[in-house]
Amino acid sequence: MRVPRYWRNKLFRYRLVGWRCVNCGAFHHSKPLVCKRCGSREFREVELPKTGKLLAYTVVKIAPKEFKDKTPYLIGLVELDDGTKILGQLTDFSREELREGARVEAVLRKIREDGENGIIEYGYKFRPLVG
Amino acid sequence: MVEAALKALDDSGLSRVNSIYVGNMAGEFLQEQAHLGAIVAEDLGMVGTPAYRVEAANASGAAAIHAGALEIASGKADAVLVVGGEKLSDGLIEEVSSALLMGERQDYEGFMGADFYSINALLYKLYMKRYGVKDDLIAVFPMLSHKHAKGVAHAQYPFEVSLEKILSSPYISEPLRRFEVSGVGDGAAAIVLIGEELKSKIKAPKTELYISSATDFMTPFEREDPLRFQSLSVAVNKVLDEARVDRGDMDLIEVHDATSIMAAISLESSGFAEPGESGRLAMRGEFDLGGRLPYNTFGGLKARGNPFGATGVYQVAELHLQLTGRAGKNQVDSPMIGMAQSLGGVGGTAIVTLLKAV
Repeated sequence: MRVPRYWRNKLFRYRLVGWRCVNCGAFHHSKPLVCKRCGSREFREVELPKTGKLLAYTVVKIAPKEFKDKTPYLIGLVELDDGTKILGQLTDFSREELREGARVEAVLRKIREDGENGIIEYGYKFRPLVG
Repeated sequence: MVEAALKALDDSGLSRVNSIYVGNMAGEFLQEQAHLGAIVAEDLGMVGTPAYRVEAANASGAAAIHAGALEIASGKADAVLVVGGEKLSDGLIEEVSSALLMGERQDYEGFMGADFYSINALLYKLYMKRYGVKDDLIAVFPMLSHKHAKGVAHAQYPFEVSLEKILSSPYISEPLRRFEVSGVGDGAAAIVLIGEELKSKIKAPKTELYISSATDFMTPFEREDPLRFQSLSVAVNKVLDEARVDRGDMDLIEVHDATSIMAAISLESSGFAEPGESGRLAMRGEFDLGGRLPYNTFGGLKARGNPFGATGVYQVAELHLQLTGRAGKNQVDSPMIGMAQSLGGVGGTAIVTLLKAV
């Protein structure tokens, strides 16, 4: 992968920064020109809350080739504290902590490496929120 | 693809068509081969004939039918050949998984490794929680597809699989099990579409085709209700309207059971079962070959097979065989109207075909 392809999504991947439609409130993780929900063209940049709760999770056993050597890994559907629902990998979970409804927080982690000589890609993952 | 195309052409009695539409999803990725339209034309000895590939993820075959049907409807063509094909066995299992992921957003799901099966697994969990059902009421759908594929010559898995066996197969992405998802396979299917002009000249058994399509938000969790394929609901309503028939008139249905949970959500989204009820109806035998609404009469994606670009064309070819009384031991009792539903991704695209006996 060339660096620009990865770099252009870094705001969302590093800090959960995206764009919210001024008219209907729909969240977009890539910079939009037109709102996918209402067609409006006005947005404001927002940083999503870093905490939320786990709505559902799954353990990936057969993965796409980019993640083949990472299996098994966890994918979760998270509802952030402002109500935005996003997908993310889960990390640092013990068996006991892994349950629907668990409080989680976003942390920056390594997502994957693009081969031996390619770039190392980082992004958010969700870990259990303690306390 | 050539073999399937020749079968369809020979059945129709035509040797030339105005256009060829090829349904294929992953040729560039698995065979590093694009430009399949011209290649199929050449291999069919039809150099000169306009030919394109049409792509809409797993619904590529149905999209090719849609494109062909629109050309007929426009009056520009009298005869169109539609052929769908895919050779997934050229890829390693993780490459096929990557190919499937190409039907989702690479900059979102792809980046984090949230593949097709994991999205399905999350829907599966939400479904069980909302409706208070266990996995047996979802895993009943692959059992049914296998039951109907038994002894089918063109099926990939022409044998029965018990519910116990499905529910004891290993997880591919918990709670989705290996025997609840379609396998990796190769295949091709073809149909010939004709317009009014040729109708009286063609002696082969014919059916009347209606087709509609719609799209939805790519990620199910951004939809108003993740457990409803709105694209499918819209496309079904449009095609029923156009054909002037009701759901109750349907004699059989081909559902896009790429996974067990997609089959359940499809039947419910398109109004053939109340939300959360499809599994119970299946358990009661309503979708058996002799039931109220026979389902996936040659085994569906699960057991007949799901070679992406071929799948949507298989569905319509099978409906055609049923409605022309040529379905052999799988023949449904004198059907007049049938529906085939094809989905791209997890419902980002829905294409619905309705055939009427003539």
